[in-house]
Amino acid sequence: MIFARDLVKRFGDFTAVNGIDVEVAPGEAFGFLGPNGAGKSSTMRMISCVSAPTSGELRILGMDPVRDGTRIRARLGVCPQLDHLDPDLTVRENLTTYARYFGLSRAEGRRRADELLDFVQLRDRAGSMVEPLSGGMKRRLTIARAMINEPDIVLLDEPTTGLDPQARHLLWERLFRLKQRGTTLVLTTHYMDEAEQLCDRLVVMDGGKIVAEGSPRSLIETYSTAEVVELRFPDGLDLNADYAAKMSGIGERVDPLPDRVLLYADDGDAALTEVHRRGLTPSSVLVRRSTLEDVFLHLTGRTLVD
Amino acid sequence: MAAGTVHPSIAVLERNLTLYRRLWRASVFSSFVLPVLFVISIGIGVGGYVGSVKGVDYLSWIVPGVVASTAFQMALGESTYAVLGDFKWSRAFHAMRATPVQPRDILAGHLLYLLFRVTIAVLTFLLVVLFFGALRSPWAVTVPLACALLTVATAAPVCAFAASIDSDSHFALLFRFVMIPASLFSGVFFPIEQLPVLIRPVAYVSPLWHAVELCRSATLGTAPPWPVAAHVGCLLLWAVAGTLLAVRRFRRRLED
Repeated sequence: MIFARDLVKRFGDFTAVNGIDVEVAPGEAFGFLGPNGAGKSSTMRMISCVSAPTSGELRILGMDPVRDGTRIRARLGVCPQLDHLDPDLTVRENLTTYARYFGLSRAEGRRRADELLDFVQLRDRAGSMVEPLSGGMKRRLTIARAMINEPDIVLLDEPTTGLDPQARHLLWERLFRLKQRGTTLVLTTHYMDEAEQLCDRLVVMDGGKIVAEGSPRSLIETYSTAEVVELRFPDGLDLNADYAAKMSGIGERVDPLPDRVLLYADDGDAALTEVHRRGLTPSSVLVRRSTLEDVFLHLTGRTLVD
Repeated sequence: MAAGTVHPSIAVLERNLTLYRRLWRASVFSSFVLPVLFVISIGIGVGGYVGSVKGVDYLSWIVPGVVASTAFQMALGESTYAVLGDFKWSRAFHAMRATPVQPRDILAGHLLYLLFRVTIAVLTFLLVVLFFGALRSPWAVTVPLACALLTVATAAPVCAFAASIDSDSHFALLFRFVMIPASLFSGVFFPIEQLPVLIRPVAYVSPLWHAVELCRSATLGTAPPWPVAAHVGCLLLWAVAGTLLAVRRFRRRLED
């Protein structure tokens, strides 16, 4: 569906995407994971045929996005990071109007609009204006609109950023159904739970490059341990580095954070026993399974990027 | 494409008409009532003092000027905030860009929409002034054509401008230094021979002047100051150059 080889995007001196290789198979849910500025959105814009690659090879649905952009767009559904619904049209008109952009007849546009309003559970708001809708409703409407042309690939740029937990779960459930129907999903996110929920396979991007690739499970197995022990100390703020030093050798890796020490080990309880044996007395302890977040922070570092 | 039943530019036109169906009441005054009030107050009120211009009663003389300047102001006004807004605020043009609709279709859809609006306003106006006996030649039926050409000649370059700026405060400059001088010095209210020779070129470059002269020759059945082909040519030049520039600006703006 999507094939990229050594794909590069530069804006003046700034290299947003620095030679990535990506392949997405039909029916797959594929994720681009990474901190802000990692090059996810630039990659998405190239895939949605809005911005031309600076160099490298890119094929979407077997076509060249620069030459066949219009034909490719006819088969894509794009759900951008910023909703750009028509604020002065009703919910339903947003869908029927969009259907016409794809050359659909009015009757077909109405039929699909009603079907999609049911799918995203907005049927009872069909006649409402867009403005009073909640963030979650607007996002669902944007997704419905992206599906009006029954696309082969749906592109979602940070689909649940800024939504409350209920709205996120509803959206995930809808996207999961979409995936079950065999639609190829490509999404960017910086939420680890979202990537774990939705993606069959993902790449972690940092500084315009792909730093890891695999299924959520395989990434955790490769880049983290089975379990993580989180330890907090009463006087930890300044001394976490010292505590971490005293734990060296336990488990695979020790990571002192300002507020807690993370201890990566395949057997969390055994590691904790060893910590206690060394005479350390944390004020609170949590043994948990490793998550994609541990992988992500390990790979992309803890420095804040804007 | 599953059912290719509509051209993308028509789809964009339909979207604009759907919006207009909701907003048309707000435009009734400026598009229909205001020009008629203008004709009554200036044509009959001022006309009572002026008497006649070049042997024609003042009302009949300014009617073609007012109709062209209404078209001009609609074309210009509707291509400012509305266009910038669809790039910047609602981002509706970006939404279109994610579909098979191309930048040239977005522009074409907007121009078709303006042609629709202007033509309705012009026809209504002509109907009203018909009852005042201000249409003196059957050539008046060509007035909508001249106004349509003027619409594209005005709207296309203004669209290009709107697509090039980032802040709506630039429109104040457009209104102050383009719209108002053009409306005053394009032969709408008085013949441009009254203008000092130095200012007259303002009228020659203004698309409005060419349209005013074409409309006037049509409603009065007289020959325009330049050959008809020259007036039409100037309007076409504005329309074609403006359209080419606007398509380029739209394309660049939607790339980001």
